Amino acid sequence: MVLTPEELELFDHGLSLEENPRSASVAAMKFIQDRRGWVSDEAMEWLSVKLGVSLSDLESVATFYSLVFRKPVGRHVILMCDSVSCWVMGYESAREHIRRRLGIDVGQTTEDQRFTWLTIPCLGACDMAPAMMVDEVLCGPLTPELIDNVLDACDEADSE
Amino acid sequence: MTAETPLTTGIRPNGDVLTLREYEAIGGYRALRKALREMAPSEVVDTVKESGLRGRGGAGFSTGMKWGFVPERNGDTGRRYLIANGDEMEPGTFKDRLLIEGNPHQLIEGMLLAAYAIEADFGYVFIRWAYRDAFLRLRRAADEAREAGYIGRDILGSGFHLEFHVHVSAGRYMCGEETALLTSLQGGRANPRSKPPFPPVAGLYGRPSVVQNIETLCNVPHIVANGAAWYHGLSLTEDAGTKLYGVSGKVERPGIFELPMGTPIREILEEHAGGMQDGYALRGLLPGGASTRFLVPEHLDLPMDFSHIQDAGSRFGTGTMIVLDHRTCPVGMVHNMEHFFAQESCGWCTPCRDGLPWVERTLAAIERGEGRRDDLDVLQRHCKMLGPGYTFCALAPGAVEPLSSALEHFREDFESHIDKGRCPWRGI
Repeated sequence: MVLTPEELELFDHGLSLEENPRSASVAAMKFIQDRRGWVSDEAMEWLSVKLGVSLSDLESVATFYSLVFRKPVGRHVILMCDSVSCWVMGYESAREHIRRRLGIDVGQTTEDQRFTWLTIPCLGACDMAPAMMVDEVLCGPLTPELIDNVLDACDEADSE
Repeated sequence: MTAETPLTTGIRPNGDVLTLREYEAIGGYRALRKALREMAPSEVVDTVKESGLRGRGGAGFSTGMKWGFVPERNGDTGRRYLIANGDEMEPGTFKDRLLIEGNPHQLIEGMLLAAYAIEADFGYVFIRWAYRDAFLRLRRAADEAREAGYIGRDILGSGFHLEFHVHVSAGRYMCGEETALLTSLQGGRANPRSKPPFPPVAGLYGRPSVVQNIETLCNVPHIVANGAAWYHGLSLTEDAGTKLYGVSGKVERPGIFELPMGTPIREILEEHAGGMQDGYALRGLLPGGASTRFLVPEHLDLPMDFSHIQDAGSRFGTGTMIVLDHRTCPVGMVHNMEHFFAQESCGWCTPCRDGLPWVERTLAAIERGEGRRDDLDVLQRHCKMLGPGYTFCALAPGAVEPLSSALEHFREDFESHIDKGRCPWRGI
């Protein structure tokens, strides 16, 4: 089962608001990702039948959008802005701090599956550059202290 | 003097959202009532045309003229779409986020007026996933507006209907290009479409559609409420209205400032953004996001508007400046932007798909100290081959704007990387 009966009901309601099943493709993948953290092969096959879109077509859509995850990600996703204002304001030292603290590089997931660290184009937060989003919270300008505070909060949430 | 900053007057300094009641208390939805009661759709189009409003998303096309391209209904009962483009992803641009987060009802009212003008019955907001707070506030505002009878069937008893949806996107700069946005809304990869036909004639699902930037739409209620002459009076130059200018980089107070259109660059930088940080001098700036040409200190007294920036050889773009200081490597800065453009190319057109990665790798080699003299010719040639006329959309032509202007203004920096075999800004 890709979705529970309750989830399916919600999914079908969302689908009924779309102009046609195909136009729901991105929203449908996000629906699954919001609940499972990523979109598995099994989920893709199910969606393909559900939306009446061929699997290869649907896969081409999934792989186009950078925020559709086709691989498992950690419990916390760090999206670090890598665009020009954040570069000018010195994102490199913020990156170095995260690298040291988590022991991974951009594009990787920690061994304990708790953090995935990715880059994202301009977060639209150039007045607080360098900036990042952790889970759904925007933070900046990044200093070692701010990064530690944010990641400490993730640690605390996980230990509860 | 509240009239001087119509777009941001209602927005709280701390950015907390305005509720429906609060928006109504400062005159919100009055323009909608006026239009539905007193104006035919074509009169709204005419008013916006006369106001001189030009699109704030980058291209600067006349908004009223775009609306005028939508064919008259003449018994056509099919769907028509008004789409607000909230995919703000131009590097260095952060103005629409402020407008949606601070006053989502202003956007909704602008969309209602635009939809009424073009006789659309469907409204979409296309918003990027990363604008999470903006999305949540907008959704709450739409619920309030629906409850109050501003959205839905027979709005305020006028017989005008509008269905309203918010689409949350899943990344990719390409989605901000208007035809790619339409393909994305239809559930596909965000590839651009060949024009003509233009979206006002054949857009979403082949139906007449108008796509407008968020800031553009937020201007509309004020224009309808106060008239075209008032709107012209707001600006210092020929281009009408106010503008949300942005400044980022090594300045004292990076931020967004609503000022009269045509405010000189120097005033925006020095008075509003507080000037350069201590120990940093200005070397150049990108006036309207990453896909505009560098301006240099001699341009500082230019009025910041569409025509003056164009006359200086650059583009007004989104009106949000990115500052290059004398302690930042121009080659590294351009490399960062070309990395972005190469990554964000949708791959539809060969010059963009193949050319941008080549540019990016060439710049990376120069930055590493492995550049050769003829690399500059390679870059120069790409500026031409990726320029206007070779691709479906403006991504590649935009991508080479900062590059070609950097080669012009900062050529000695490229050369010194090559001659010294290292980046002069990085250690020894």
